[in-house]
Amino acid sequence: MALDEIQLRLLQEIADLHTVPEGAYNIRSNSALAGRNTTANIDIVSKPDGTGIDIHIKPGTKKESVHIPVVLSESGLKETVYNDFYIGEDSDVVIVAGCGIHNCGVQDSEHDGVHRFFVGKNAKIKYVEKHYGEGDGTGKRILNPVTEVTMEEGSAMEMEMVQIKGVDSTVRTTKATLAAGASLVVRERLMTHGTQRAESIYTTDLNGDGARADVVSRSVAKDQSYQRFDSRITGNAACTGHTECDAIIMDDARILAVPQLEANNIDAALIHEAAIGKIAGEQIIKLMTLGLTEQEAEEQIVNGFLK
Amino acid sequence: MLEIKNLSFDVTDDKGQKQIIQNLNLSVDEGKFVVITGPNGSGKSTLAKLIAGIEKPSGGQIFFDGKDITGCSITDRANLGISFALQQPVRFKGITVLDLLRLAAKKRLTVGEACNYLAEVGLCAKDYVNREVNASLSGGELKRIEIATVLARGTRLSIFDEPEAGIDLWSFQSLIKVFRHMRDTIHGSILIISHQERILDIADEIVVLAEGGIRSRGTKEEIMPELMRSADVARSCSKIEEGGL
Repeated sequence: MALDEIQLRLLQEIADLHTVPEGAYNIRSNSALAGRNTTANIDIVSKPDGTGIDIHIKPGTKKESVHIPVVLSESGLKETVYNDFYIGEDSDVVIVAGCGIHNCGVQDSEHDGVHRFFVGKNAKIKYVEKHYGEGDGTGKRILNPVTEVTMEEGSAMEMEMVQIKGVDSTVRTTKATLAAGASLVVRERLMTHGTQRAESIYTTDLNGDGARADVVSRSVAKDQSYQRFDSRITGNAACTGHTECDAIIMDDARILAVPQLEANNIDAALIHEAAIGKIAGEQIIKLMTLGLTEQEAEEQIVNGFLK
Repeated sequence: MLEIKNLSFDVTDDKGQKQIIQNLNLSVDEGKFVVITGPNGSGKSTLAKLIAGIEKPSGGQIFFDGKDITGCSITDRANLGISFALQQPVRFKGITVLDLLRLAAKKRLTVGEACNYLAEVGLCAKDYVNREVNASLSGGELKRIEIATVLARGTRLSIFDEPEAGIDLWSFQSLIKVFRHMRDTIHGSILIISHQERILDIADEIVVLAEGGIRSRGTKEEIMPELMRSADVARSCSKIEEGGL
């Protein structure tokens, strides 16, 4: 597998990978397969129509990982990829996805990944998705990921969604349906700057007794950027749901937080919280009394907040 | 090491201009443990903030080790060797106690080194190093962490603005020990704004502020009897007196 320096750096940003990962992986580079590895328990096959891949994780697979990074370093590429994950019952795996775009050309580069997860009974997965963009071209770096999660009884999923820099436009759509006893935890971290736009739309349906969801976003909006956080939890059973947006607003940025709850069952206990505010002056003063400049203080506060 | 000359500070509110500090002169010598006390509204906290650079004076000058720092920023003063523990410590989401101590020490403290500073303020380090400095900490815990950041800096001048505020009685006992220990070990000067008799009791020098100026200053033997006699301390509540108690 040959990846150039730019592609390797993108891989490092989105998947903390310095080299080819261990275990199962599928690396897609500039709309083509750049490398794949399967294991005894994890199979990756291309869809017959070439639109994406299917990942099959055998029931009972424990402590294995799957990496499916995507890197785009050619300007003007536009692609939509469909990846389906079939996660067997009682398995316990880590899945790391992510997309890095380097665009130094004038044409827009766009990757729209549609990920569907079918999480078997009592399976446990951690899913990490990172977005990163770079390059000094005028072409935009666009990512529109769609994640659909169907969780069977007693399954647990933890999703870490990270987009810290460099992506001009994102609409992230996540839909989850939880059966009885299933648990979903979402931790989103987002930073936008320049004139970027980022929208996160979460729809979580708690359909079985004992289902739990906790959808939390922490974000920082700088310069003239715009963020919209739209999270709706629907409780159709005796379930618990919590969604929270905590945002730092800076400069001339704009943020819209739209938490929504719908209870269709008397035993659905749902909570939402949303807070938007600038960095408190006394936080900056405190760090300045430790010898940091105002700018360094601001960076520390933002980095801590997004950690 | 610290010299304040003709310092004034005015504020303007609905009622017009008010002088909080009026032509104040004060010097703090090398290695001294000085406590500034006085009634509420006498300008104590304002004076501390003026020294740290958080407030800008309307007039006068501040010298630190002979250098005029009146125009210096908070950051410049901190880097010259002035530390300041806030009366109401600040909370930070996501920044851990260890992060804050590392920022204070300006080096990557090991967990062991951070533990030493926390132990000095009576906190069991393993419970705290990885905790976020957020709303999950009590006022007393935050206060001790605030003091630990000043210890980690180890600067030539350390200013504490009412360290006893928000601390319960049990924690206060250990706070006194912290200050006693600091007085014995620190290679610099300590300036504490306080009302607490037990903090006044360990001072080398007590400065009494009233109405924005210095009413008196001296050793605790000189000042304490005067303070105890003064109307502010000795007078009973008029309602109690009226009730014939």
